[in-house]
Amino acid sequence: MLHYIGKRLLQLIPVLLGMTFLVFMIIRAIPGNPAQVILGQLASKEAIEALEIKLGLNNPWYTQYFNYLVGLFKGDLGESMRTVQPVTKEVWPYLAATFELAFFAILIAVVIGVNAGIISAWFQNSWFDYLAMVIALIGVSMPIFWLGLMEQWLFGIELHWLPTSGREEARNPVSAMTNLYVLDTILNGRFDQLGQVLKHLVLPGIALATIPMAIIARMTRSSMLEVMRTDYVRTARAKGQKMFWVVYKHALKNAIIPVLTVIGLQMGLLLGGAILTETIFSWPGIGRYIYEAIQFRDYPVIQSGILIVAFIFVMINLFVDILYGLIDPRIKYD
Amino acid sequence: MRKKKIWPFLLLMMLAVTVVLAACSSDDSSDSKENTSKDNKETSKGESVSTGNKVLIFGRGGDSVSLDPIAVTDGESFKVTQNIFETLLNFGEQDTTIHEGLATKWEPSDDGLTYTFTLREGVKFHDGTDFNADAVVKNFERWANGSDDKFPYYGSMFGGFKGDEGHVIASVTADGDNKVVFKLTRAQAPFLKNIAMSPFGIASPTAFEKDGDKFGDNPVGTGPFKFVEWKRNDSVTIEKFDGYWEKGYPKLDKIVFRAIPDNSARLNDLLSGAIDLADGVNPADGKTVEGDPNLQLFERPSMNIGYLGLTNTRPPFDNVKVRQAMNYAIDKQSIIDAFFEGRAEIAKNPMPSSISGYNDDIPGYEYNPEKAKQLLAEAGLADGFEMELWAMPVPRPYMPDGAKVAEVIQKNLADIGIKAKIVSYEWATYLEKARNGEADAFMLGWTGDNGDADNFIYVLLDGDNIGSNNYAYYDNKDLHKLLIEAQTEVDENKRIDLYKQAQEIIFEDAPWVPLAHSTPLLAGKADLINFKPHPTGSDKLTYVDFK
Repeated sequence: MLHYIGKRLLQLIPVLLGMTFLVFMIIRAIPGNPAQVILGQLASKEAIEALEIKLGLNNPWYTQYFNYLVGLFKGDLGESMRTVQPVTKEVWPYLAATFELAFFAILIAVVIGVNAGIISAWFQNSWFDYLAMVIALIGVSMPIFWLGLMEQWLFGIELHWLPTSGREEARNPVSAMTNLYVLDTILNGRFDQLGQVLKHLVLPGIALATIPMAIIARMTRSSMLEVMRTDYVRTARAKGQKMFWVVYKHALKNAIIPVLTVIGLQMGLLLGGAILTETIFSWPGIGRYIYEAIQFRDYPVIQSGILIVAFIFVMINLFVDILYGLIDPRIKYD
Repeated sequence: MRKKKIWPFLLLMMLAVTVVLAACSSDDSSDSKENTSKDNKETSKGESVSTGNKVLIFGRGGDSVSLDPIAVTDGESFKVTQNIFETLLNFGEQDTTIHEGLATKWEPSDDGLTYTFTLREGVKFHDGTDFNADAVVKNFERWANGSDDKFPYYGSMFGGFKGDEGHVIASVTADGDNKVVFKLTRAQAPFLKNIAMSPFGIASPTAFEKDGDKFGDNPVGTGPFKFVEWKRNDSVTIEKFDGYWEKGYPKLDKIVFRAIPDNSARLNDLLSGAIDLADGVNPADGKTVEGDPNLQLFERPSMNIGYLGLTNTRPPFDNVKVRQAMNYAIDKQSIIDAFFEGRAEIAKNPMPSSISGYNDDIPGYEYNPEKAKQLLAEAGLADGFEMELWAMPVPRPYMPDGAKVAEVIQKNLADIGIKAKIVSYEWATYLEKARNGEADAFMLGWTGDNGDADNFIYVLLDGDNIGSNNYAYYDNKDLHKLLIEAQTEVDENKRIDLYKQAQEIIFEDAPWVPLAHSTPLLAGKADLINFKPHPTGSDKLTYVDFK
C-alpha cells in the first residue's frame, strides 16, 4: 500500500507541473495587462512600464515561467500583484471559507444522497423512488444561480428565516483565528455567533449540495439495484436476515465503491466550482478569490490559486482510491 | 481479519454522520425558527438599539485593495480610509469646494508658488502619536521618495516624484510645531483640491516607519474611526476613536464595510435587514426603495460623464463631419429615460455642470437624424458605412447597462444608414484594446477625482494623454495650449474662461458623443440620519447616526 501511495505521489509531480505550464500559458494568452489593471484608468504610460519592470512582466515568458517554478520549489507561491501580499499568506482565509462551505455541502449531499439512493433502490418503483428520482433529475438540471436566488428570496426576504449572504452576523463579528468560523466561534467562546454562523451556512450549503446530492442519489440507486440482484444478497435474504441489514450491511458495502468515486469527484468539483455560489451569497472563498484575480489579471494569484485547487483535487482522488482498497480487499494496489 | 475490522468502522461512521446530520438539521430548523422570529422583532425595532451600541453595516460592491490610501487608486479602498485618515483640507459636504481639515488656515503667496498651512492643535493619531508639522513633513517625504507603482496618485497629481523634472512640490518644511510651508516649482492651479483628495490622508509616522510595506494592513490616522479588523473579500471593521478631536463625534460606535459584489444581492441584504446602507443601487431598483417605508433612497451628486468615444484616428471618424453626424444621430434623452430611469442629465460637455468652468452656453447636439444624414452626405458617405460599436461589459455608475444602451445607439445609427455591429470584451481586455485605439466607437466614462475641470478635460482629451486616458486619440494643438495655460493659472476667473474656450473647441471637433452625467444611487434604512453621499464616492461617516 505504502509503495502504491508513494508511486501515486510521484506521479503527481508531472501532472501538477503540466498544470502549471498550461495555466501559465493560458492566462498570458488572454489580453489585458496586469500593470494597467492594477494602476487603473488613471495610470500614465510611464507608470505602467515601471510597474511591468517591477513585476517582471517585461521578461520573456520562459524566464517568467522558470522564476515561477523556482519559487514554487522553494514553497513560494508568489506575491499578489494587486495587494502586494504573498499568496501563501493571503490564500488561507479564502481556502478556509471554501472548506467550511464545501464540507457542509458534501455532508448534506452524501447523507441525503446516499440514503435517498438506498431507499429508492430498496423500494424500487414505489412512490418514494419516483419522487426521489424526479427531484434528483430536477436537482441535476437546476442552474445554481437560479436556485440560489430563489432560496434568498424565499427564505431570506419573504420568510426571514435565514441570512442571505456572508458568513456571520456582521454587527458583532468574530475575530478570525483559524478562519473556519464554526471553529472560531467556539475558540472565542462566542456561542451567540455559533448559531449565526451555522445559519449562514445553510442556504449556500444547500445550493452547493444540490447537484452532487442528485448525482450521488442516482449513482447509489443504480449501483444498489445491481448489487441487490446478485446471488449473495439473495442468499442473505433467504437466510431470513432483516431487510435493513441486508441493504445497509451486505449490499451497500459493494454498491458504495462506484459511489465513492462520484463523491470524490464531486468534492473536488465543489472546491473549485463554488464560484457561482460564492458570488451569489457573497461568500469570500477560493472560487471568488481566483475569479477576482482573473478580472485583475493578477497572474500569481490565478496560477497559485488554480494549482492549489488542482492539488486538493488530485489528493482527494488519491484518498478515494486508497479507500477502495480498504473497503474492498479484492482491489489490490501492488 | 482486515475485512472484519473495517466494515463495522465504516458502518459506524455512516451512522454517526446520519445521526449528526439528522440532529443538526432538525435542531437547525427549529432553532432558526425561534431565533429568527426573535431577530426579526429586533430588526424591525432596530437591532442597534437592542444591542446597546450603534453599528452601521455598509454594503458595497467590492473589497479594498489596501488600507493605505496613498498606495491605491480604487474607490472601494477610499471608502474606508476616508474615515480612518484625514487630509489637510477637506471638500465641502456634498461638493468639491475647499474647507478646513487638519489645517485650519492656508495662505497661498501671490505668485502661487508658496503655500503656508496652519495646523489644527490638539490632534492625535490613533496610536497616540501627536499630529504636528513634523508628521505632515514626514508624510510628504515618504510619498515624494516613492515611485509610480508605490504611490500612483502622488505621481499623477503632483507631476512625478523627487528628482523628476515635472515634480511640482519643491519642498515641504515645518515652521514651528503647527505651521507647514510648501514650496512649488511652478504654480499648480488645482493644488489645494489635490491636497484634499483621499489618497493624501495624513498617516501616523510612527506607524508607517515601523510597518513599512505592511502599513496598509494596519492603518493609523487621525480620523473619527480606528481600524479593527480586515477579513479579505468579506469585511473591514472600524470603530469609534475615543480621542477624536471633534468633540461629541463620531456618533456611530462601529462600522462594518461588507463586500457584496452583486447589486441585487446587496439590495436583498438591505431588504432583509442584514445591512443598513447599500452602495450601487441599480437605477431600476430606485422605485422599489422609494416605495418601501423602511428604506430611504440617497442620490450621490453627479461628478461623472458617460460617453461614446470615437477613435479620431480611424476612418471615417477622422472626418469631423462624421463625428458630428454621430452626435446628431443619437437620442440621448430616450437612453436616459430608459436606462437611467431619468436619473441623469444629458451631457453636452466632457464634464458635469457642477464643476467650475462648465460652459453652459454650448448648445450641445440635439437629436436630429436629418441633420446627421446631411452631414454624412457632405462627408461623402451618403450611403452610410459599417462600423463596430463597443459595448461596456460591466455596469458602472456612469453606465448602468452598457449592452442595452448599445442596442439603442445601434438602432439610432441604423436610422441614418450606419450599420453598427455590437462587440464586447471582458472589461480588462476592453480597456486595453480601446486604449490601443482598436475600437471604432466605444462606450466609456469617467468619475472625477477632485472636482477640477483639469481632471476631466486634460485627463480625457488632451494630446498628452493619448495612450493613457485619451482613448479617443483626439489631439488638438489649440486645445492643448489652453489646457496647459489653465494648469498654472492662479486667477480663478481667468481659469474659468480658459476652460470655457476649451469646451467650445471640443464641441466643434466632437471627438466623442457625450451621453449622460448620471446620479448614482444608494439606499439605506429609514432611521439612518445625516448621511450625505459625496460626489467623489468616498463618504465621511463622522456625523451619521441612527434616529
